[in-house]
Amino acid sequence: MMDELRELYQEVILDHGKNPRNLRHPPDANREARGENPMCGDKFTVYVKLNGDGVIEDCAFEGRGCAISTASASMMTEVVKGKTEQEAHALFETFHDLCTKDEHEHCDHGPVDEEAMEKLMVLSGVRQFPVRVKCATLAWHAMQAAIDGQDKASSE
Amino acid sequence: MDQITPTLDTPPAYDVDRVRADFPILTRTVHARKGKPGKPLVYLDTGASAQKPRAVIDAMKTFMEEDYANIHRGVHVLSQRATDAFENVRTKVARFLNAPSREGIVFTRNATESINLVAASYGQRLGPGDEIVLSVMEHHANIVPWQLLQMQRGVDIKVVPVDADGVLDLDAYRRLLGPKVKLVALTHCSNVLGTVTPVKEIARLAHEHGIPVLFDGSQAVVHGPVDVADIDADFYVFTAHKLYGPTGLGVLWGKPEILKTMPPYQGGGDMIQSVSFKGTTFKEPPMRFEPGTPPIVEAIGLGAAIDYVEGLGRAAIAAHEHDLLTYATQKLAAIEGLRIIGTAPGKAGILSFVIDGIHPHDIGTVVDQYGVALRVGQHCAEPLMEHFGVGSTARASFGLYNTRAEVDVLAESVQAVKEFFGS
Repeated sequence: MMDELRELYQEVILDHGKNPRNLRHPPDANREARGENPMCGDKFTVYVKLNGDGVIEDCAFEGRGCAISTASASMMTEVVKGKTEQEAHALFETFHDLCTKDEHEHCDHGPVDEEAMEKLMVLSGVRQFPVRVKCATLAWHAMQAAIDGQDKASSE
Repeated sequence: MDQITPTLDTPPAYDVDRVRADFPILTRTVHARKGKPGKPLVYLDTGASAQKPRAVIDAMKTFMEEDYANIHRGVHVLSQRATDAFENVRTKVARFLNAPSREGIVFTRNATESINLVAASYGQRLGPGDEIVLSVMEHHANIVPWQLLQMQRGVDIKVVPVDADGVLDLDAYRRLLGPKVKLVALTHCSNVLGTVTPVKEIARLAHEHGIPVLFDGSQAVVHGPVDVADIDADFYVFTAHKLYGPTGLGVLWGKPEILKTMPPYQGGGDMIQSVSFKGTTFKEPPMRFEPGTPPIVEAIGLGAAIDYVEGLGRAAIAAHEHDLLTYATQKLAAIEGLRIIGTAPGKAGILSFVIDGIHPHDIGTVVDQYGVALRVGQHCAEPLMEHFGVGSTARASFGLYNTRAEVDVLAESVQAVKEFFGS
């Protein structure tokens, strides 16, 4: 199989795509938002439990999507848990740069969890597949919308 | 060059290699990388937009180089030549559809605009309690214009279902017809399922109730001969770019006696009889519906495209595509876990499928690496996706230039998808 595909679909992605983590609806979630990609029909709902200190105590999702969007959603729910709103926002922006920009164009979005970013590096292969960037960022847009109190996000 | 008659009774032997040589883009490769040669393009996305033969490219280029001017306006020689060329295409399109009159051929931007024109103009006579009948397999272009009318004028929309094979439920259709129905708007060929609908019967049943019918022929005109007189279609729409012509040009056939009763859709120059601030009068159809400078060069391209497909023989093209569809259906159906969506008898060369546990978007990305261009997603037909309980599908659509060898590449690449995702 071709190197480019292996670059895009790394083992970790295939694993998360097939066995997504936190694929559930937490009964105590107090924020949620839908993310839709009208081009491919992917639909996710991201649930967030935000405590009084603005810390994400739980993050989960439901919906259907491709291997990339599902893996990205799955990994996102793992890395944002325990983060503050600001930290999650910084992760989202940094991750977005990773998917869409060359390294020298990456911006400083404030302190980010380096370990989390290292895990998310496996998704950077979408950079070479521009039409798949929306897949990788769909759940993240929904997570950000949920935190911001909006009910809907689109990766368009 | 206006006098090419379709040779339906004696189709020429179909030489697909010669046909392919007419399409410059088919010689290119894709995904060439550092020292690695690219893969030959296997273009199976003609249902989204067809590639263009050299005859179309050259006709547009030559027209711009030699005869171009604005039309219907000038006394100078080029304006006259351009006007003649443009109007000759209107005649050619009328003959292509076997329309009884060229006055019923309106040029628009695309099939979508053709439907919007009917919805906005014919729709002005509709109001609350009136019903429009659609089917569940319509393209969004034949759903949303009617929903806009629903919002503006309070009309109701009724939907004809399809069965598990994707065949239109004619009994349900018959039951929906009645005095409240003011228009039937159905596809002639589904862009997802390939289902060809019984347009003649659909029109006959509607006409028994005095209801006019509109057919979306965007896919149908590509896959076989269409005769709007025989169908007795009141409106028929298609787009040039799926018929191997250029983008930016659509066609609306409307019976002139109906078009004459319809108010203008948009206002501007070239559609008026006389303009005054006391009141303006409009030209007769089709000019009434063609304000402003039309897509002149694109019309020349459509004329060349029609000549091209008629030169090959529309029945011969249909037979070739049918062979590809049959072969591809066998090949793909043999792949474990693959399900074909749309298995209506007599369907056109469109093959939608899903694979257990693999998202169509991932299928599309992997086969693309093999040079295979598929459409993946909802195909502008979200209600139909819901009807079949799938979020999206992968779709191969065959054109007059595709080959059995390309179908083999498709089957191999789909097999590779399965291996890659371990399904």
